[in-house]
Amino acid sequence: MLDFVQQLVSGIALGCVYGLIALGFVLVYKATEVVNFAQGDLMMLGGFFAFTFIGMLGLNYWIGFAGAVAAMALFGMLAERVVVRPILGYPQFSVIMATIGLGYFLRSVAGIIWGTDDFKIETPFSQGVLRIGSLVLAYDKLSVIAATIILCALLYLFFNRTTLGTAMRASSENMLAAYYMGIPVKRVVSIVWAISAAVATCAGVLLAPITFIHSNVGLVLGLKAFPAAVLGGFGSIPGAVVGGVLIGVIESMAGFYLPQGWKDVAPYIVLLAVLLLKPEGLFGLHVRKKV
Amino acid sequence: MRFLFKTDYEDDIKLFPHSGYVFSYGLLLALLLIAPHVLSSYLMSQLVFVCIYATVGVGLLILTGFTGQASLGHAAFLAIGAYTAAYLQQFNVPFPVYFLAAGLLTGVVGALVGFPALRLQGIYLVIATISFAFIVEEILARWESVTHGNEGMRVKTLYFLGTAVPRDGPTFYYLCLAVLVLTIVGSLNLLRSPTGRAFVAIRDSETAARSMGINVSLYKVKSFAISAAITGFAGALFAHKLSFISPEMFTLQLSIEFIIVILIGGTFSLHGAVLGAIFLVMIDPFLTYLKDDMPGVIAGLAATLGAGQERAAHIQNSVAAFASANGLKGAIYGIIIVLFVLFEPLGLYGRWLKIKLFFQLFPLYKRATFKRQKIYVKSERNR
Repeated sequence: MLDFVQQLVSGIALGCVYGLIALGFVLVYKATEVVNFAQGDLMMLGGFFAFTFIGMLGLNYWIGFAGAVAAMALFGMLAERVVVRPILGYPQFSVIMATIGLGYFLRSVAGIIWGTDDFKIETPFSQGVLRIGSLVLAYDKLSVIAATIILCALLYLFFNRTTLGTAMRASSENMLAAYYMGIPVKRVVSIVWAISAAVATCAGVLLAPITFIHSNVGLVLGLKAFPAAVLGGFGSIPGAVVGGVLIGVIESMAGFYLPQGWKDVAPYIVLLAVLLLKPEGLFGLHVRKKV
Repeated sequence: MRFLFKTDYEDDIKLFPHSGYVFSYGLLLALLLIAPHVLSSYLMSQLVFVCIYATVGVGLLILTGFTGQASLGHAAFLAIGAYTAAYLQQFNVPFPVYFLAAGLLTGVVGALVGFPALRLQGIYLVIATISFAFIVEEILARWESVTHGNEGMRVKTLYFLGTAVPRDGPTFYYLCLAVLVLTIVGSLNLLRSPTGRAFVAIRDSETAARSMGINVSLYKVKSFAISAAITGFAGALFAHKLSFISPEMFTLQLSIEFIIVILIGGTFSLHGAVLGAIFLVMIDPFLTYLKDDMPGVIAGLAATLGAGQERAAHIQNSVAAFASANGLKGAIYGIIIVLFVLFEPLGLYGRWLKIKLFFQLFPLYKRATFKRQKIYVKSERNR
C-alpha cells in the first residue's frame, strides 16, 4: 500500500511537470489555434537562460529566475514575429512544420552555445525532504506541484476573467471578427507567445533539479507533454494539468508494476484508447461542424 | 506557348498531356539508366537512397498531400516493411515473395491504424500517429524472438532469380529505380481514378465529399492502407540497402524527415516526393563538402580582398571551427524548414512551375498567380 501511495505521489509530481509544459501548448493553441511543437525547446532554452544567470553569473536564485522569465518572454515575442506571424491564416500543417523547424534550430544552437553536457541549477529547494508518516517527498518535486497549481489557477482566471483573456479567446475563434470588434489581434498573439514562453521558462527552471538541463531535454519532455495536452483536450487549461497528471501517474505505475519497457509506451497506449472513445480528449469541446 | 484543346474528359486525365512530356520523361529515364556507368559509387549509393526516400514520399503524399491526413508515423510503416523482409529472409523465402509480403502486411497494419484514425482530425491525428510509431518502436525493441531486440538484425545479400544482387551494385539500383517508377505510375493511375478523386475531395472538404455520396471512412482507410503498403515496399529495399536494421533507426526523427521530403518537394504533386528526396539525401554530402572546402574558399576570398596572410589564416581557422561545431547540421535543417514554410510553401516543384510560367507568359507574369488565400475567418476546429 505504501509503495502504491509513494508511486502515486511521484507520478503526480512527474505529471505536474508534463502539465506545466502542456500548459504552454494549450495557451498558444487557445489564443491562436497554432500548435507550437517548439514548446519543449522553449522550456529548454529558458532553463539554459536561468542556468546562465544563476550558475554562471552567480545571481540570486529568484533574480535569476525572474531575469530568465523576462528574457524568454521577449524571445517568445521575437519567435512569434519572425516565424509564426507571416503564416497565420494558413493551414495548421504549415505552422506545425515551421515550429518543428524552430525546435530543430533552438536545439542545435543551444548545443553549440552551452555544449551537450547535463547542467544543474542550485535551488533553495534542492535539498531536504518532507516526511508524512513513512511517506517521503522531496521539496523540489513539491515545488513543481505547487507551481503547477498556482500557474494553472492564474492562467485559468486570466483567460476567463480578464478582458485580455477574453480577447484571446475571441481571436482564437474568429480572427477576422475579433479584429472588426477592435481587438488588436497581432498584439494579442504576440502577448500570448510571450506568456507561453514565460510559462515554459518556469517549467524549465523548476525541472532543472529533477531532470537536469541538456539540449535535448525539451524534445524528450515535450513528447510526453504533448500527449498530456491532447489527453486533456487541446485548448483546456485544467485539462492540460489533468492530462499531465494522468500521463505521469500511468507512467510511474507502469514502471513499477509492469515488466520493463511498458513504462515508456503505457501513456501512448492509454492516449490512443482515450482518443478512440473520445476523439476530442477528456475536456475538449465538441464542436459541431458547420457547412 | 502551347495551347491544349481538350474535347473529352479522357483528355483531361491523360498521363501524358502532350508529346513534350513523353520526350522529357523518356530523356530523364534514359539518363537514370546510364547513371551507374557515369557516376561514382558514392553518388550511386546516394541515388539509391533517393529512390527509397522518394518511394516513401509518394506513399506519404497519397495520405498527407492528397487525402489531407497528416501522419508523423511513417517511420513505423517503414520499420514494419523492413522487419518483415528481414524476418522472412531468414527462412530462405524468395525475394519477390517477401517483398510482396512486406508491402501487404504493412498495408494491413496501415488499414488497422486507419480505423481508429477515422474520427480524428488535425492535431489529434498527428499525435495518434506519433503514439502508434512509439508503440511499434517499443514492440520492435522488446519482441526479441522475432526482431532480436536492440541488437538489431543482419540482412543477407539479396538473391533475385538465383543471382546475387549486392547492395552497392548497379542491379540493386535498377531494382530500386524500377520500384520507384512503378510506384509513381501506379499512384498517378490511382489519382486519376475515381478513388483518387475521392481522396482529393476528402482533402478539400470532408463535408462536401460526404454530401456528394463519397464513403469518407472507406476512402480514408483505403488511403492509409495504400500509403502504408507503399512505405512497406520501400522498407524492404531500405533493409537491404542498410544490410542491418535496429529499432533506433526508425524513430520520430525519420518520420519528420519524410514529412520534410514532401514539404520541401511540394505537397500538391508527385513530383514533390522525388524533388524533396533528392534535396534531403543530397544535403548531407553538400554540407560535408561545405565543411571541408568552405574555410579555404572564404580565406582565399579574404586574401584577394586585401587581408594579410596572418589574417586570412585566422579567418580560415575560425570558419573551420564554426563549421565543425557539433549540431550545426540540425540548425541548418531547422532554418531550411522554416524558410521553406515561410517563403516557398509550394515547395521546389512549386518554384519550378513558377519559373516555367514566368517564361511562358513572359512579359505578363504576375506574382499573385500563386498567392495562397489566407483564411482568418474560421478556426480549423469548426471547419
